[in-house]
Amino acid sequence: MSQQTEIPELGFLGLARFAWRQLTSMRTALILLMLMGVAAIPGSLIPQRITNPMAVRDFITQSPALSLWYDRFSLFDVYGSPWFSAIYILLFISLIGCVLPRSIEHFSAMRAQPPATPKNLVRLEEYQKFSTDAQALDRATAWFTKNRFRVLNEGQSLSAEKGYLRETGNLLFHLSLILALIGVSFGSLFSMKGEAIVNVGERFINIPTSYDTLSFGKLMGDNSLTPFQIRVDKFVAQYDPATNAPKDYTASVTVTNNGVTRKEIIKVNEPLTFGNTRVYLQANGYSPVVTVRDSKGDVAFQGPVPFLPQDGNLRSIGAIKVPDANPQIGFVGSFVPTNSRTAGLGATSLFPELLDPKLLFSVWKGNLGLDSGVPQSVYRLDTTKLTKVGLGSVKPGETFTYPEGSITLETVVPWINLQVVEDPGKKYALVGGILAVLGLITSLYGRRRRIWIRVTSDGVEVAGLAKNGAPGLEAEVKDFVRAVKGEK
Amino acid sequence: MQTTWAYTSNYFVYSAMALFTISFIAHAFETAFAVRAPEVADATQGNLLVKTLDYKRTEKTARIATAMMALGFLLLLAGIICRGISAKHVPWGNMYEFSITGALAFTGAYLAALRKYDLRWLGLFVSISVLLTLGTAITLLYRNSAPLVPALKSTWLVIHVISAIISGGVFLLANVVAAAYLYLDRVESRGPRPLWLQRVPSLEVLDQLSYRLVAFVFPLWTFAVIAGAIWAESAWGSYWGWDPKETWAFITWVAYAAYLHARVTVGWRGRRAAWLCIFAGSTFLFNYVYVNVWGTGKHTYSGL
Repeated sequence: MSQQTEIPELGFLGLARFAWRQLTSMRTALILLMLMGVAAIPGSLIPQRITNPMAVRDFITQSPALSLWYDRFSLFDVYGSPWFSAIYILLFISLIGCVLPRSIEHFSAMRAQPPATPKNLVRLEEYQKFSTDAQALDRATAWFTKNRFRVLNEGQSLSAEKGYLRETGNLLFHLSLILALIGVSFGSLFSMKGEAIVNVGERFINIPTSYDTLSFGKLMGDNSLTPFQIRVDKFVAQYDPATNAPKDYTASVTVTNNGVTRKEIIKVNEPLTFGNTRVYLQANGYSPVVTVRDSKGDVAFQGPVPFLPQDGNLRSIGAIKVPDANPQIGFVGSFVPTNSRTAGLGATSLFPELLDPKLLFSVWKGNLGLDSGVPQSVYRLDTTKLTKVGLGSVKPGETFTYPEGSITLETVVPWINLQVVEDPGKKYALVGGILAVLGLITSLYGRRRRIWIRVTSDGVEVAGLAKNGAPGLEAEVKDFVRAVKGEK
Repeated sequence: MQTTWAYTSNYFVYSAMALFTISFIAHAFETAFAVRAPEVADATQGNLLVKTLDYKRTEKTARIATAMMALGFLLLLAGIICRGISAKHVPWGNMYEFSITGALAFTGAYLAALRKYDLRWLGLFVSISVLLTLGTAITLLYRNSAPLVPALKSTWLVIHVISAIISGGVFLLANVVAAAYLYLDRVESRGPRPLWLQRVPSLEVLDQLSYRLVAFVFPLWTFAVIAGAIWAESAWGSYWGWDPKETWAFITWVAYAAYLHARVTVGWRGRRAAWLCIFAGSTFLFNYVYVNVWGTGKHTYSGL
């Protein structure tokens, strides 16, 4: 191309400076802020893996083609997706780039004197001119001191300013947001979260193999678990007889930590605390305690089997797998704490407490496939390659016999789901949150304004200026003028 | 004994509705009858009979309207307190209880703002919307007073819910003012205001007022979200879990933060600011209706 356009040579540094200035401009920050709000929306409409993994699985089986596209755009993991992270990281860089220079500027401005009195006061707000005696400036100084204005004395005039707290609060708010974000990031790097079902009477030891699910932050290893043991002694659930809604859950536990053993209570809003680790009571259900015998009468399995609740009345489903029997035996079962006698053959529970418990099941024989290496749910039994050999139900103490053996329901014990969470970043997030509210209050309720007074040959001139159109200047100047005139 | 309190609560709510109805009629009466047709033709206006507004004639009706609203507020408050006594906990366990408390907060926000600003022109709207909210609540959303589920048994219920409800009341009021701004802006762009709109303050005042309301209550909303996070940490094991309600509370927060920045830093005024304010308020309403009725997640308790 022969035609040459004059483009100023930017170079790498210039380009970087340009990009930085664009990113830290208020307009960009505002767009990023709105973008973050919009970006959060899909996560509340599409099921998310972090909140509802079951719903995500159902969604994928129902519409696999759409799910594929959803997954390409991380729409099942919106809040951990690259595009969501990009928005908030840019927003916070923009915020830091905006707030840090302003903080430094504000720090020096706070110690500076108010600006000199403008030459022409007439153009300013609340301008008045009146005649008074020679002590006017002294009374003005007294009023300014009483109302904690910062004053610049220029001989014939006073320039006073108040309300630096507004900007202080504003900066405090934004700096606190940065602190809160540091807390959140710190937490996501060094956290752990796990869940475990523990039957009443059993002991939970805080090692990775005790957990049903366990996840770690990116920089956390599985040898960093806090050492403690919890034995669940008793679990009491109370329900409202009128609505069947739960009223109270209380788990009594014995805790061993650092060689000390003590009794503790865990409730829904009252977790146990070990340093940064907390143990929560999250869910509960029932475990039928069964004894399975083979055809010779030898015990092939004995113990509690947790069943998963399906509704508010704790109708639960589960599977009992007996690989040690010959042939291998499996049960697909439903458990109801209060059996409905009128609802036909299906398992229906009338109330969540153990008033009339019943275990209903079908019995299957064949290779359970536990050695195949394919992971299985402990609550489900894949019956496609098995043969059904019986269908029955038992109440506590009863035994059901089928050609290959028998099953006895000994008793029923409750189980509780313990959630163990370690998050060392949450205190910083909390401090950040509290400071942010304090900053907001001082910034939004604070008013920055200036008042000037000048003695001229034919009287006294007064004027004021409120930043951001803050209200109340009129009343304040009125009060000031009354003080200057010596009327109060 | 427990049911007696619940019945008393219902009577109070019904009585409050009656008073809000009277207040609504009085506000309507005031708006209609302040118009006066002059007996003599005005020569400066081309000998037309120019109608004028004279609120002196309807001053008494207006006072009755406000007094009924204040009385309705007190009865509704009594109803909510009785509901709390019947359930032996703060009555914020289901959507019926949230709705009547929300109506109380909205009325309260209006009455409090009325002490400082001349807002009586809004009374007609406030009384009818409170009436509709209470009507919906008591017919569609009513649930018997019941004990709290374990997750709600916490002091944070009081702190978190009351700050969220008060914020909601003030946000909605700001929304109404912003909507009034947009409507008047359209009316004024076509010509002078019709008579019945003449008492509504100038566009500039409305613009400032909706900003003041938001700026006043934004710290409280921030606090409500943080209080919710603190509570979630002790009840659910994680202070932030992107539960649908949390997500929308966050969206509302971001939207109002954007609004405040747009006004204070970028200098948005008027139409654009009003639309942003209404958008932010809609996210709050959406959160209340959608997440409670159709949503899933941890904020859905006891049916509704």
